[in-house]
Amino acid sequence: MKVHYYTGLAAIVLVAIHILFRLTVPEGYSASLEYENVIANYKNISYTLVLELILVTVAVHGFNGLRVILLELRQGDAWESAVKWLCIAGAVAIIAYGTRTIILASMM
Amino acid sequence: MKENREGVKGWLNPTRYGANRFAYWLQRLTGLGLLIYFIAHVIETSNIVYGKSAWEKMLAVTQTNEGHIVLMVVIGMCVFHAANGVRLYIAEHGKGIGRPGRPEYPYKPTSLGLGMKACIWVSVALAALAMMYGAYVLFGEA
Amino acid sequence: MKRVKIRVFRYNPADGADARYDEFEVEAERWTTVLDALLYIKAHKDHSIALRYSCRMASCGSCGMVINGIPRLACYTKVYELGSDVITCRPLTNFPIIRDLATDFTAFFAKHKSMRPYIINDAVDRIDGREFLQKPEEVEKYLQFSYCIKCGLCYAACPTVATDKRFPGPQALAQMYRYLIDSRDMATDERLKVVDDRHGVWRCHFAGSCSMVCPKGVDPALGIQLLRAYLLGMSRDSKVVAELYRREK
Repeated sequence: MKVHYYTGLAAIVLVAIHILFRLTVPEGYSASLEYENVIANYKNISYTLVLELILVTVAVHGFNGLRVILLELRQGDAWESAVKWLCIAGAVAIIAYGTRTIILASMM
Repeated sequence: MKENREGVKGWLNPTRYGANRFAYWLQRLTGLGLLIYFIAHVIETSNIVYGKSAWEKMLAVTQTNEGHIVLMVVIGMCVFHAANGVRLYIAEHGKGIGRPGRPEYPYKPTSLGLGMKACIWVSVALAALAMMYGAYVLFGEA
Repeated sequence: MKRVKIRVFRYNPADGADARYDEFEVEAERWTTVLDALLYIKAHKDHSIALRYSCRMASCGSCGMVINGIPRLACYTKVYELGSDVITCRPLTNFPIIRDLATDFTAFFAKHKSMRPYIINDAVDRIDGREFLQKPEEVEKYLQFSYCIKCGLCYAACPTVATDKRFPGPQALAQMYRYLIDSRDMATDERLKVVDDRHGVWRCHFAGSCSMVCPKGVDPALGIQLLRAYLLGMSRDSKVVAELYRREK
């Protein structure tokens, strides 16, 4: 549960930074979504670090939350073990997939 | 019937027990909604690695009126979940919920007092404000 | 005075029939409680209704039931305060049903017992005329949690108990805090080990329904959050074990 608290607090700060990057482009929000602008964001090493941290904190927070809900719905050692491994797998999968995007985009 | 547990039905009706129970229900709902959005968002933004035309095809699907409405709902869910989450963090660390004492009739519980109710209303208000600002940004650029 | 319709949940597992609601019309005065109405029905209309009651004054905790959707004590709920001409009485949710409105409290009491609801102090056997010193401020830290009458309303209202069989419930956790923070108790670490479990205090999400329905102002939600804060190392007052003291003659 402690992991849920700390990733939650961290996620608030990191997601706020992520959204600010979209809102502080002088030409406007839709211009900030243009291909060239987004690629330029990925070239910025501190921003990619923020994105990577968001991936980790939000994935852990979200899948831990899902694990909590599933643990309350049913009890039993087999179910609890399955839920734990499924949620870890889900979190690792989304982090891996997102990291791939970040690495490939930053090299483009 | 014999076991008589309320089950998930007990989670689904948030109207019986006041603001705190409503906030619990909304926190769970927004949490699940945000998890689904997060996975979809990571997948949709990965289109950047397939080049400009793939990215623009993705934008053509998401930068529509329907896409903007979905994003507005996501903004509302995100702000409520975050603000209510901070309230829960503070309360679950024992702050803002009052101190034990000698209860007097009508036994108003201090943990569900004005502070907690105010925080819940503030969370809802912030979410509404964020949704309105989101609408202004998304639909405002004509 | 007004005529109200009382719908009583009827279910007998022994005869295998489905549950049903029986309806009765009762005349209620301004002061008539739901328990009065049910006992009137039992005396004059259908004596086979099974329900528990004892003190009639919200002290014993026997008459808990779900009245118009919310767990309440039948003796403590006036017909007029419900603001409706139809009153539906169901047995307490999350408790197995014995018959009609009577439910089985075995699991509830077992969870309470698992919290070791008594003072654990190895000096107790050797008191010999001495007494524990407790300041009024130390008493106030646990006093309101000691007012619990084990009526089970909080257990019926809790959304976690609704689905999680292993969750001890708000009553047990609040009692755990009552004994943990009592300065006469020395077993802090063992107590924390019991609740620091995947299905222990971490499954509470502060929905607050327990405190909403508690008829004695125990505020179990407060007790549980304070217990959790203690577990997280956030307690403002570090606990000091009470001294034994011989009263001057």
